Amino acid sequence: MRAASGKLDRRELVRALLADRGDLLVVAGLGAPAWDITAVGDHPCNFPLWGGMGGAAMIGLGLALAQPRRPVLVITGDGEMLMGVGSLATIAQQAPANLAIVVQDNEHYGETGMQQTATAHGTDLATMAEGAGIRATMRVTAPEHVPSLVAATRAMAGPFFAVAKVDPANLPLVLPPREGAILQARMREALLGPAAHLA
Amino acid sequence: MDRQAVETAPDAAADWPDRIYALLKRHSIRQVALVPDAGHARLIRRCLADNDLRVVTLTTEEEGIALMQGAWLGGQRGVLLMQSSGVGNCINMLSLATIHRCPMPMIVTMRGDFGEFNPAQVPMGQATQAVLEAMGTLVHRADRAEDVEPTVEATLKLAFHTYRPAATLIGQRVLGAKTFGKD
Repeated sequence: MRAASGKLDRRELVRALLADRGDLLVVAGLGAPAWDITAVGDHPCNFPLWGGMGGAAMIGLGLALAQPRRPVLVITGDGEMLMGVGSLATIAQQAPANLAIVVQDNEHYGETGMQQTATAHGTDLATMAEGAGIRATMRVTAPEHVPSLVAATRAMAGPFFAVAKVDPANLPLVLPPREGAILQARMREALLGPAAHLA
Repeated sequence: MDRQAVETAPDAAADWPDRIYALLKRHSIRQVALVPDAGHARLIRRCLADNDLRVVTLTTEEEGIALMQGAWLGGQRGVLLMQSSGVGNCINMLSLATIHRCPMPMIVTMRGDFGEFNPAQVPMGQATQAVLEAMGTLVHRADRAEDVEPTVEATLKLAFHTYRPAATLIGQRVLGAKTFGKD
């Protein structure tokens, strides 16, 4: 699961997070996390974002509050999480047990030319989550941490927040559907049945 | 003038906040996202007292746009309450409504319009409707207390029946201008 750099391979990490996914609902931040969940296999209960930078965790919150019996997993990047970092305080206040957030931290803005983010200069998003009031956090830097990470995202004992340090390599694009109305409608139909379209 | 009087809209006799609360219930709203505003204080108290409404206090208004997206994805209806200044914080996040055709009703209490005292409120207050419309939001204003209820109802129907962002702007003429004791 390690890349040549010794850091975690982001796609192998996501493959582990989504293995035997059961009832899992997945929101992916724009850019590489959206490509990563699609590389594992597109799914009606995947909601890959093409925009709304900074909003992935809050979409996860709204979804988790609406579907309290389903585990909700937000997979996003360090740049996307930094843009919406105040939402960690909002999530800590609401404290949904079924919400887990995993930041794939490659310390760079990967879609725009690999400029460094703040996490390359000492910012620790897990510490920021703890400061916001999220008590269950994890720092993932080695393959042996991954099984407990996967278990924590399914445990419904959240809110849970993890930072996984991943290799910064840009991997081949695997694009999800680009029509947002379809992405939204397919998850609503998976959750609510045909009545989703009569609401 | 005491602090409470300064912070509260003087037209406390008007029952339009209670009428908005009744509309939220009638239209099956379950998640109420907000950054507080004095003009919404009475409505916020009603929502907080209702165990069937999840009140989500945000750190910035754009979080509320994303929250409404998640709520709709999961089969619940949300609404965003904010002051006009907060509309500026929502601009790019409003893309979500257009991308996904997601209902996003907003109820905005105005500053920077009728009788404003604070110069800092004027730029965003005067830009509020243009900014919302530039991002595809259907906007209606209520400038008399008796217009608030039908206008908010129209906003909720437009959002949920036609799958788009829609906003009611409640004018400062309804709310009363905050005077900082200088009236």
